[in-house]
Amino acid sequence: MSQRTLDPAGARDGEAIASPPRAGRPPGPAPAAPRPWRERRAAWDARLAPYLYVSPFFLVFAVVGAFPLVYTAYVSVHDWSLLGGKGDFVGFQNYRDVWANPYFSKHVVNTLSIFVLSSVPQVVVAVVLAGLLDNQLRGRTWWRMSILLPFVVSPVAVAIIFGSVFGDRYGLLNELLGTVGIGPIAWHTDRLASHVAIATMVNWRWTGFNALIFLAAMQAVPRDLYESAALDGASRVRQFLAITLPMIRPTMIFVVITSTIGGLQIFAEPRLFDETTARNGGSDRQFGTITMLVYDFGWQLRDLGRASATAWMLFVLIMLIALVNLVLMKRIGSLAGER
Amino acid sequence: MTRRPGFLVYGLLAAFVVGSAAPFYWSFLLGSHTAQVAAQGVPPLLPGGHFLDNASRVMDTVPFWKALGNSVLVSSVCATSTVVFGTLAGYAFAKLRFRGRSALLAGVVATMAVPTQLGIVPLFIVMSKLGWTGTTWSIIVPTLVTAFGVFFMRQYLVDAVPDELIEAARMDGCSQIRVVWHVVAPAARPAAAILWLFTFMATWTDFFWPFIALPADNPTVQVALNQLQSGFFKDYSLVLTGATLATVPLLILFVLTGRQLVAGIMQGAVKG
Repeated sequence: MSQRTLDPAGARDGEAIASPPRAGRPPGPAPAAPRPWRERRAAWDARLAPYLYVSPFFLVFAVVGAFPLVYTAYVSVHDWSLLGGKGDFVGFQNYRDVWANPYFSKHVVNTLSIFVLSSVPQVVVAVVLAGLLDNQLRGRTWWRMSILLPFVVSPVAVAIIFGSVFGDRYGLLNELLGTVGIGPIAWHTDRLASHVAIATMVNWRWTGFNALIFLAAMQAVPRDLYESAALDGASRVRQFLAITLPMIRPTMIFVVITSTIGGLQIFAEPRLFDETTARNGGSDRQFGTITMLVYDFGWQLRDLGRASATAWMLFVLIMLIALVNLVLMKRIGSLAGER
Repeated sequence: MTRRPGFLVYGLLAAFVVGSAAPFYWSFLLGSHTAQVAAQGVPPLLPGGHFLDNASRVMDTVPFWKALGNSVLVSSVCATSTVVFGTLAGYAFAKLRFRGRSALLAGVVATMAVPTQLGIVPLFIVMSKLGWTGTTWSIIVPTLVTAFGVFFMRQYLVDAVPDELIEAARMDGCSQIRVVWHVVAPAARPAAAILWLFTFMATWTDFFWPFIALPADNPTVQVALNQLQSGFFKDYSLVLTGATLATVPLLILFVLTGRQLVAGIMQGAVKG
């Protein structure tokens, strides 16, 4: 960094240091005419540059972030066909329709169930894994890279690969289970089994990633805490429970909140897992998610009004769950702290 | 702490690594056998010799090269522009004083919590009005710069660029943009590389929006994979060959840059 940074400005840096700073400017005998112009330009430069630099982001955000938020609400209170465009104002009718749709509650429950099955085991395993990595291992970098490997596989490819592993008739897993005498499980038709299969895809892809985040947090824990605990005769497991876990709590909150936002939007995995022709989440919607319902309303039934209403309900649900998680994590933390 | 890990630790970690790697092998294994073998459950555990046959069947079924070209284009453009604009905005938020700075920064952070799916309907309407649906523009424009990119660069630049250096450069008459070019950009390079990698991977693996916006004859890799899978009769050897082919580019990237990715995740965790 240093050389390249200083190189172009190097000569002038030298001058600045040689002459006393600032002194050169106001009383300097420089030509009078160009200076005010240059100073004015510099002042404008300083004032405008920040806005110029942040504007691309806000421009893009306005088009794909803020505007859609408001516009989705606008679309959701209208009749709005995918092909025909805007129709009459209908108030909350779209929301009522979606709410009354028998699939809606089913998709909500599926989404929550898949989310719980993917987030809870994932955080637990990731923390344990991070605890294992937080040792003086041989080949540290190699281990860390290896557990991150699944992250390079796209959700679509993950769903395809695990779809065949979880095949109902000839899948790898059912064949393996068969050898120990467990009858074939209907991964694609049974509701809970399909949730487990989809949650497994999410867990496989993200556990290593989250473990690295936890590992970073663990390495920031002051090592003398462990030394004094060890002197007091605390076992390693006890040290992990009493020191490590409370110390990485902020990171756990961060991971849980981000996985809430991502996990509740799940789409690619259940859609690619589906082997029926409609591909709306199984023959009886046993693993259809809310985002799949948004797609179903908008691009299969061609009703953007209901799609928008569903999207808004998903947003509210995400905010609610994120809030519940936040409160829950803080509560758990303060209970542990009192002990 | 100075722990000597025992066999238990290594054993558990090794089991985990096997679990991480096994699906890759399974994918390649089914892709290397004929459709008949793959349809009958677990194939012989050594690869067969049909991977190239299956690969050429993939090319016949979907416009794979076109999809690959699109994905490379979209991902690298989005990654590069996110780095450029993220660095500019991140620098402004980290080092420049201007009215509304903290409010705008709060806006950036709040944006990270807004799910993309929420805006999918208006995004589609806007892109249709512009006549961009079906083109790669519709995929590139929404991700030219992300809130995460801005925030990530801001967090890095706060510490990475000393205020004195900027002041000295300004004192010497450097315009703001020259400060960015000569002082900020070189300092930002490590974080920029990480941001580029993550944005590239995120764009490459993204599915929902490209799936809605792109037609069958102009897909990204993920959309093409989806087409492969939607045939009436399910041919596992074909589909898993596709999944393997779609993963290879990122796998190569991972082998080359895995260290930086690991460092990036761990750095982001401490700072974020």
